Amino acid sequence: MIDGLLVGSVYGLAAMGLSLIWGVMNVINLTHGAMIALGMFGMYLLFSAISTNPYILLLPVIGAGLILGIVVYWVAIHWVIGRPMLMSLLSTFAVNMMIIGIGTAVWSTSPYNVNFNLAGITVGSYTFTGNHIAAATAAVIIALSLETFLQRTRLGKAIRAVSDNREAAELMGISSTVVLAVAFGIGIALAVASGALVSTLFPFTILSGAVYQLKSFVVTVLAGLGKPLGALVAGVLLGLLEGVVTPFIAASWIPLIEFTLFVVVLVAFPRGIFGKVAA
Amino acid sequence: MILRRPSFWLILIVSASFIYLPLRGQNVPLREDLILVAVAIILASNLNLMIGYTGYVNFGHIVFYGLGGYIGLYLTTVRGWNLVLAALTAGVAVSFLALLFGLGILRLRGAYFALATIGVLQAVQAFVMNFDPWGRSTGMYLSFTSYQPWGGATRALWIDYYLIIGIMALSLILSLGIKISKFGLGLFAIRENEDAAAVLGVNTTLFKAIIYSVSAFLPAVAGALMFFKNGMIDPFVAFEFMLSLEGIVMLMLGGQGSVTGAALGAGMYEWLRSFLLTSPKLSDFQLVIAGGLLLVVVLFAPGGLIGWVYRLVPRSRGVIE
Repeated sequence: MIDGLLVGSVYGLAAMGLSLIWGVMNVINLTHGAMIALGMFGMYLLFSAISTNPYILLLPVIGAGLILGIVVYWVAIHWVIGRPMLMSLLSTFAVNMMIIGIGTAVWSTSPYNVNFNLAGITVGSYTFTGNHIAAATAAVIIALSLETFLQRTRLGKAIRAVSDNREAAELMGISSTVVLAVAFGIGIALAVASGALVSTLFPFTILSGAVYQLKSFVVTVLAGLGKPLGALVAGVLLGLLEGVVTPFIAASWIPLIEFTLFVVVLVAFPRGIFGKVAA
Repeated sequence: MILRRPSFWLILIVSASFIYLPLRGQNVPLREDLILVAVAIILASNLNLMIGYTGYVNFGHIVFYGLGGYIGLYLTTVRGWNLVLAALTAGVAVSFLALLFGLGILRLRGAYFALATIGVLQAVQAFVMNFDPWGRSTGMYLSFTSYQPWGGATRALWIDYYLIIGIMALSLILSLGIKISKFGLGLFAIRENEDAAAVLGVNTTLFKAIIYSVSAFLPAVAGALMFFKNGMIDPFVAFEFMLSLEGIVMLMLGGQGSVTGAALGAGMYEWLRSFLLTSPKLSDFQLVIAGGLLLVVVLFAPGGLIGWVYRLVPRSRGVIE
């Protein structure tokens, strides 16, 4: 159960990225899964090149994610902002296909893993895996620093301003293009970071990003689109749910429960379960 | 009247040539190629009813095809039903399910709906993977006795092919019929501005639920026929997310909202794929090329091939629908 809680914080991190991009630019980012997968492979490649503590390697991976995000913004997103939703869904999806296609060609679809284990902590009869604790700690640190960035810095405030009202923000002299590009970059960096963290927990293939992308959708919808910190909490809740139900039913039923929950929440609480509090 | 539309006769001519060409000399490889094109056209043109006409992106369109395949194979193999009856039952059952789902998730708009359709696809796949009568994740096989009423496997496969071509023709005629009907106008109104449509007296929820359900019927029948031909089914083949997305690429390539566009896009994409698969250097990059194509179409030619033709020859709008 505690393990579920720890893994949940990593889901939450991926969902924060999705939520941020949605909130700021009204784009549902379908490249998220591919970016999570790239994060996994980025971590794998770095770890095989420099075998040091992977949690230190997280920093260059995040940096690369930020740059990649900004590049993707200029290639695919910038042109469809303000056009019908269909167009941005399709253009992000097209980028997703290209990344997965290249990834499949390079790494095939066989599983990889980052072979690194931290010593666990034993409390009574229960042992917490070291990697789980480290990943969860890293996820929370990243989430909190993002929140501080959004609340305290000039650029962070600009991002929030654009997400509140883009025209008004432009009139106040904020260049919305730069803000959108940076926000997209941060969103992708979060996806890549969560992928990198997942790679230290479970084996992965180039296609595993899709699973986490769907989990991030569930989480984002639970929290209500466009609420990054809510997404982290909802991610932890989802992880907790997985942890709680696993002993009682076969693991293969979990996706069914999650997606049913997803559709039900979408229909019943389109603003998310935290919607009323925030609105 | 639909009979006065040139496109109607074009559909019949194309379908007839699909039947005639492989029949000449019992050309089985050609039949196998054309069957893929036909299924692509069926999927793309029914998807067009949602994306092109109503403006709602359905990422989980393949769920209808897969469920149809499962119901069809279950009825023919386990229950020993006649193929045609089983396929029709599959169509009706899936349409009914779609109506129920539709009334729920179609209250969502735009991107929320698109996300929910991914959820529906994944939930159904997860359900089937755990469903004992349908063989869980191993799936089901067709028993050879199912071929007997048709006079052996060879004849059964030919008859199955004709049926699929029939469904293809029906899909295109359905698209055309809806496009020129008052119901179609209602859908276009929803696509352009849903609130305005509602104010002007279009029962938007009902219209959307009906078109969602209608767009499920023929793909489900086609699924039943296609998996009868393949002789086996499993949850990964039946509910392949990729195929669902390829349908969208086909539609965008040809031109969403246009009957001919959907068919052309499907044909072009299948041709492109057969070309990519036979060239060993490019086969790994099939996804990359499909993705690149989609991106280029979305960014530079949102009307697809047909949109481009319309711009070049404005008068063609009246003839090619």
